[in-house]
Amino acid sequence: MMLWNLIKEDRGGQILLLLLAIAIIAVPMLNALPPDHALHIPTYTVALLGKYLTLALLALSVDLVWGYLGILTLGHGAFFALGGYVMGMYLMRQIGERGVYGHPELPDFMVFLNWDSLPWYWTGLDQFWFAAILIILVPGLLAFIFGALAFRSRVSGVYLSIITQALTFALMLAFFRNEMGFGGNNGLTDFKDILGFSLQARETKVGLFVASAVALALGYLISRAVIQSRLGKVCVAVRDAESRARFLGYRVENVKLWVFTLSAMIAGVAGALYVPQVGIINPNEFSPLNSIEIVVWVAVGGRATLYGAVAGALFINYAKTWFTTELPDVWLFALGAIFVLVTLFLPKGIAGLFRRKEASV
Amino acid sequence: MSQARLLDEIKDKNRVFSFMHTQQAPTLNVSKNVLLYLEGLSVSFDGFKAINNLNLYINDGELRCIIGPNGAGKTTMMDIITGKTKPDTGSAWFGQTINLLEMDEPAIAQAGIGRKFQKPTVFEFLSVRDNLLLSMPEERKVFSILTARLTGEQSDRIDEVLEIIGLKEQTLLQAGSLSHGQKQWLEIGMLLMQRPRLLLVDEPVAGMTHQEMDRTAELLISLSGKHSVVVVEHDMDFVRHLAGKDRTVTVLHQGSVLAEGSMDQVQNNRKVIEVYLGE
Repeated sequence: MMLWNLIKEDRGGQILLLLLAIAIIAVPMLNALPPDHALHIPTYTVALLGKYLTLALLALSVDLVWGYLGILTLGHGAFFALGGYVMGMYLMRQIGERGVYGHPELPDFMVFLNWDSLPWYWTGLDQFWFAAILIILVPGLLAFIFGALAFRSRVSGVYLSIITQALTFALMLAFFRNEMGFGGNNGLTDFKDILGFSLQARETKVGLFVASAVALALGYLISRAVIQSRLGKVCVAVRDAESRARFLGYRVENVKLWVFTLSAMIAGVAGALYVPQVGIINPNEFSPLNSIEIVVWVAVGGRATLYGAVAGALFINYAKTWFTTELPDVWLFALGAIFVLVTLFLPKGIAGLFRRKEASV
Repeated sequence: MSQARLLDEIKDKNRVFSFMHTQQAPTLNVSKNVLLYLEGLSVSFDGFKAINNLNLYINDGELRCIIGPNGAGKTTMMDIITGKTKPDTGSAWFGQTINLLEMDEPAIAQAGIGRKFQKPTVFEFLSVRDNLLLSMPEERKVFSILTARLTGEQSDRIDEVLEIIGLKEQTLLQAGSLSHGQKQWLEIGMLLMQRPRLLLVDEPVAGMTHQEMDRTAELLISLSGKHSVVVVEHDMDFVRHLAGKDRTVTVLHQGSVLAEGSMDQVQNNRKVIEVYLGE
């Protein structure tokens, strides 16, 4: 009942959650059909769909801060990648003796670097529950510290965007270094299993797809709960008239800080689900270009609707897969064209197509 | 020697570091019947003195009009009172106990000073009702905001204010779709919700029709008594209407007070005539 209240007036959200529920039931069933059946979904496609869903969750987290708080973050890929790295570390520890060098504890790249023991920050990551906590905590903590510094000193607008960009760029450079202990530019890869299930197994891939769909649904409901509360209204107030909100007694920096931190945590979960499905995490995930692309997904989908961000991420990433297999050279031009066309003809994005005269917030 | 003393101080078991004390905002004290003290304020931007040794006192419950040519420092003065600008010298006290210069904008707003901007500033994407809702004086901690629920009493208060500002028909409209004059009224309504002790109103009738001006004047007059109201305005007719015979009018010029008195006194003041007519 409470959950229904969250999406009662949110047509797009109802459709999104309905589609997710259908996907959670139908995709595993269709995947289980014999391969020659007309409706069979290959396991490869299931993993691809799962990847799209994690990217949609990432787009959702960006829409929460950009759409509702007006913070144009160009560094959200950093939180995504940090969540991914924590998951990657857990998966590395699961390899055990099956690595190329067969060391019982050290991942291959550490053996290769002649290290004789695990760095302290790798301890405990062989436990899934501990990794699960860090997946939320590490991005959240970084966002909290970064936000506390940036918002307290009232950095906003394009300056803030540039700093977020610098943040992810700095992290990328740091993670490229072998001495950091995160596998340098090769990153973490060659994973074997998760929670004891082989990552190559069909069932695991389907399971990860279902987990991604559930995470997206939960992320949507949590974001929706924030947006629908009075805090959501204060967010919009801060976005549109920051000084007015201040003179009404709102501590604008605290509002920004908490919502930004929540958003970073969601991005971290998205990254953690992304890594086992693509099988690798490397410093390129921190690249500033990636973070800018997320903003494009949200803009194409429609800002400040939440479901628009999801639609945009799915649409652009499907287009990316299609173009990079069929017409690889055309992809970047196509992305540019989509962005320009949407800006010109659909200023409210894909979501604008479905949106009738509802009281837009 | 001094290090040893420092060590002793730290070891003292009864010691509480000053930053551990919760900053309890002092309560407003207007026992001297003066609500706002501005003394010896000066502030300059890049060498230009926007405020120059300004002294101004506002009594509790008073309605004060402030006039002055462009660049006289009216808006800067409001910026200082509301914490947006910090002065170079001088002091600003709210009642006997609250030092405004040590507080930031949200703290000052919560202490009971409301401000209306020159350009009507409302939350354009929220409904008229939500604009008023957010202006209610309530706990402003993030988690309290997240879990806040509207009580029946608060809802009644919103309806009451909607009635006063004449926007009952537009309750669910987006504030951005209101006319200029309606936005001005909505912003005044937001201040009413806030129930401030001191209301700073910057050019409230800019862009209003004559009828709307009269209604605004009535409203501001009715507010004085319970609230102190400071109105900065260019429109002389409006100021004359507001000030009536016995209210005080202050003339600012080049960042300090040029004249103070009733409207008649001020209008016949030689210095004021010089400044306004450029004799």
